[in-house]
Amino acid sequence: MPETTKPAIPIVKPDTYKSTVPVTWCPGCGDFSVLHALYKALGILGYKTHETVVCSGIGCSGRTPVFTSCYGFHGVHGRVLPTATGVKLANPNLHVFAVGGDGDGLAIGGGHFPHAARRNVDITYIMLDNATYGLTKGQASPTTGASSWTRSLPYGAAEDNLNPVGLALAYNASFVARAFSGQLNQLIDLIVRAANHKGFSFLHVISPCVVFNNTYPYYTKNVTMIPETHDPKNKASALDLWQDPDKTYIGVFHESDNRESYATRMNKVIEQSQAKGKGDTDKLLDTFR
Amino acid sequence: MPTNLTIRIAGEGGEGVISTGELLTTAVARSRRDVFTFRTYPAEIKGGPAMFQLRFADHPVLSVGASFDIFMCFNEENLDIHIGEMKKNGILIYDSTTFDPEKKAPGTAILYGIPISSIAAEGVGLKKAKNMVALGLLGQLTGMPAESLHDLVKEKFGKKGDEILSKNLLAIDEGYKWGEAHKIDRDLLVPASVRKERKLIMSGNEAMSAGAIAAGCRYYAGYPITPASDILSFMEKQLPKFGGIAVQTEDEIAAIASCVGASFAGTKAMTATSGPGLSLMAEVLGLSTMTETPVVVVDAQRSGPSTGMPTKTEQSDLSFAVHMGHGDAPRVVMAPSNVKDCFYGMVKAFHIAEKYQIPVVMLSDQSLSQRTQTFTRPNLENLTRTERAHAKKNGSYKRFLDTENGVSPVAFPGDEGLNFVTTGLEHDEEGHPSWSPSNHERMSAKRYRKLEFIAREKGFTRRFGDEHATVGVICWGSTEGPVEEAMSMAAAQGLEVKGLTLKMIEPLPDEEIRSFMTGLKHIIVPEINFTGQLAKILRAQYLFPFKSYTKCNGLPFDPEEIFARIEEVIRRA
Repeated sequence: MPETTKPAIPIVKPDTYKSTVPVTWCPGCGDFSVLHALYKALGILGYKTHETVVCSGIGCSGRTPVFTSCYGFHGVHGRVLPTATGVKLANPNLHVFAVGGDGDGLAIGGGHFPHAARRNVDITYIMLDNATYGLTKGQASPTTGASSWTRSLPYGAAEDNLNPVGLALAYNASFVARAFSGQLNQLIDLIVRAANHKGFSFLHVISPCVVFNNTYPYYTKNVTMIPETHDPKNKASALDLWQDPDKTYIGVFHESDNRESYATRMNKVIEQSQAKGKGDTDKLLDTFR
Repeated sequence: MPTNLTIRIAGEGGEGVISTGELLTTAVARSRRDVFTFRTYPAEIKGGPAMFQLRFADHPVLSVGASFDIFMCFNEENLDIHIGEMKKNGILIYDSTTFDPEKKAPGTAILYGIPISSIAAEGVGLKKAKNMVALGLLGQLTGMPAESLHDLVKEKFGKKGDEILSKNLLAIDEGYKWGEAHKIDRDLLVPASVRKERKLIMSGNEAMSAGAIAAGCRYYAGYPITPASDILSFMEKQLPKFGGIAVQTEDEIAAIASCVGASFAGTKAMTATSGPGLSLMAEVLGLSTMTETPVVVVDAQRSGPSTGMPTKTEQSDLSFAVHMGHGDAPRVVMAPSNVKDCFYGMVKAFHIAEKYQIPVVMLSDQSLSQRTQTFTRPNLENLTRTERAHAKKNGSYKRFLDTENGVSPVAFPGDEGLNFVTTGLEHDEEGHPSWSPSNHERMSAKRYRKLEFIAREKGFTRRFGDEHATVGVICWGSTEGPVEEAMSMAAAQGLEVKGLTLKMIEPLPDEEIRSFMTGLKHIIVPEINFTGQLAKILRAQYLFPFKSYTKCNGLPFDPEEIFARIEEVIRRA
C-alpha cells in the first residue's frame, strides 16, 4: 500500500532529539522507523527535551530512551506503565512516553495494561510489536500467530495470539490506534495525535523483526487504512474494524473526548480534601491527642 | 494505688472487642496516663476469637505484659482461651446474660457479672451496643470521667446520625451506672501523670505514615495487605491535603515501580507492604539501587512463609530484607523499636534514602504496626528533612559521577541542560550502558561506598542497662520493649546485664556494636522468628558465639520469657 499521509512540518529540528549513543538494532529493524518517527513527531509537537521523558521496559525496543536526548528511564522488564505513571503523577507538566515491546507489555507486564487504561493517566504508550522475542533470539511472543514458525516452536505455536488493539478497546483505553513501520508518514502523524490526546493513549505499531520474524512482506501487502468515514468516537464501529478477519487496519480506531484524565480527577481529590484548609503536619499530629 | 493496670477484652470477631479497646485506650491516654496496647484477631472479618489488651501506668510502658488484672469477657468460648493467663486475684467481668463462669475461674478471682447483652437489647434497644455498655463499665471502674467517654463516642458515631449516637451514649451511661451501683472492693485507680501536655496516642502504622508526611513524602503507592493496609488508608486520606498523591495500584510490583518513577521525577516516594508484597518488590528494589533512585519501603512483617498467618506477628523478613534480589545490590534496612520510633524512624529513613540515593526498607511487624502507644508530641522544627544533592549546570553533567562518598548530584526531568537517561543496565558515569569490566568494578564500588558512610551515621543504636555487665542482649525492632523490661526485672534482682537495640541492620552500625561487645562474655539475641536471623548476621560479621533465643508463635515476647533466659545465662556463666 503506498503512503498517502502527508506529515506536518516540524517546528523543532528532529535531530535535536537524537542522542550521541549509537543505535544498536539490527539493520532493517522496524524499530528504526519508530525512532525516526518519534524524533520527527517530537519536532512537530515542539516539546522541549528537558520536559520530555521516555520510559521503557526490556527488549529491543526498550533501548529507545537511550537513543533520545530527552530525560529517559530504562527500567525492568514489563514495568514501563507503572514507572511512567509514577513519573507523570509526580510532575504532570512533563510529556511522558512509555515505550515497550509485545512481550514486555502483554506477557510479563500484561497485568499493568488494563490498569493504565482505566486510570487514564495522560501518557502515550507506544507498543513496538514484532511478534517475537528478538533480543533472546526468536522465541514466540504473545502476539506470535498460531500458524507461525519460530526457533523456540519447531512444531508451531500451540497458543492463539493476543490482539493488542482488541485488548486496548476492551480495556476502554481512551485513545487506540495502530501504525506500521512501513508507513512512516502515518506513524509520525499517529504519534503526534496520540501525544496530543488528553488521557491514556495507546499506539500499537507493527514493527517487524527482520532477523527472526520478518513480516514486512505480509503487512506491506495487507495493511489497510481505516476508512475516512469511520468516526473514532463510535466504539461499536471501532470494534467492527478490529474484528474484521480479512484486514489489518491502521489508523485511529477510537478516541474518546469525554473521559477525564487521572490528573484531572486527582486534582479534584486534592481540592476536595483541602476544602477545610491545606494539610498541616502540626494539626495532623494534634488529631492524635 | 496501683502504678499500672492491665485490661484484656476478648470476644468473637464482630462483637466490638477492638473498638471497645481502642476507645478505652484513647480515654486513658487523654487522662494523662501512658498506654501500650496489643491486639490479635482472626484473618476473617466476622467470627473467630478477637483480643485487645491495654496496659496503662503513671510512667512510660514498655510492653503489654502477659497476664492481666481485669478481664472483660464477652462469651464463654473466650473465657476458656484466656482465663489461664489472668492474674491470681484478677477481676473477671463477664456477660451474665449468656454464661456463668463459676466453675472455670480460679477461686482467688473476683467474679463480676453484668448482663451486658440484656442491658443493650432491653435497656438501650440496640443489641450491637453491648460493647458500649462494657466500655461504660470499664471506664467507671478505672476512673475515667463519663464526659470523656461521651466525647469519644460522639467523635466515633457523630456521622452515623442522631439515633445511633444517642443509643450508644445511652449504652455508655447504662454501663457507667452499673459500675457506680456495683462497687469492687479493690483500688483500680492508677494515678495520672503530673505533666501538663497530653501525649499523642498512635499506632505504629499511623506514626510511620505521619513521620513520612513530616519528612516530606508526597507520593504513596500501595496494594492492600494485612497488617500494612492502615498506611494506605492513612495516606489516601491525608496526602491529598498536602498536595500529594496516593495511589492504590494493581499489585506490589506496580506500587514500587511507580514509586521509583515518581522519585526519578523528583518526589519523595514510599510504599508499604508485608512479606508477600516485599517478595514481589525484590526486582524493582534492585532497579532502585542500580539507578540510584531513592525509595522507602515499609514492611509490616507477619508470620510467613507464603500467606502464613496474616494477622500474627513475626520478625522473619530480616534475612530477605538484607539479602534479597540478584546481584550485588546495596540497600539500607532499618527497624523502629516502638511507636515513637516509627515516627522518627521514617523521618530518618527518608533522610538516609534521599541523602544517599538508595532504597531503604523499614521493618516493622504486626505487633508494632497495630499496637498503640503514647509518646511525647514531636517538635517538628527539630526534625532533619533532607533533599537530594542537586546538580549544577556546568556543561558536562555526569549523573553518576564517581565521588568520595559514592553520591552523585541529581537532576530531575524539567531541569534544563541536565538531561540524562538512567538505566538498569550497568552504565558509566554519564549513564550510558557499558559492559566494560573495569567500569562494572568501579561502579559497584561506588554504589557500595555509600554503605560505609551510612554505617557511620549516628543514632542507629540505643544502649541501656549496666555498663559493667559481662552478659549482654542485642535486639532489634519491637523486641526492645520486652527486653528493657526484662532487664529491669534482672536489675531488681541484682543481676547485671546490658542491652543494645539495633535500629539499622544493613549496614550494621559497626563501631557502636564493637564498643558494646567490649568486655562481654555472653550475648543473647532474642528474636520472633524460627531461625535466629539477626544472630546469623552478627555471627558472620563478628565471629562471636551469639546465643540465639527465638520463638515464633505469632505473639510478641513476654518480658518474663526474656528475663528467664537472662537469668539462666548468668547462673550458668
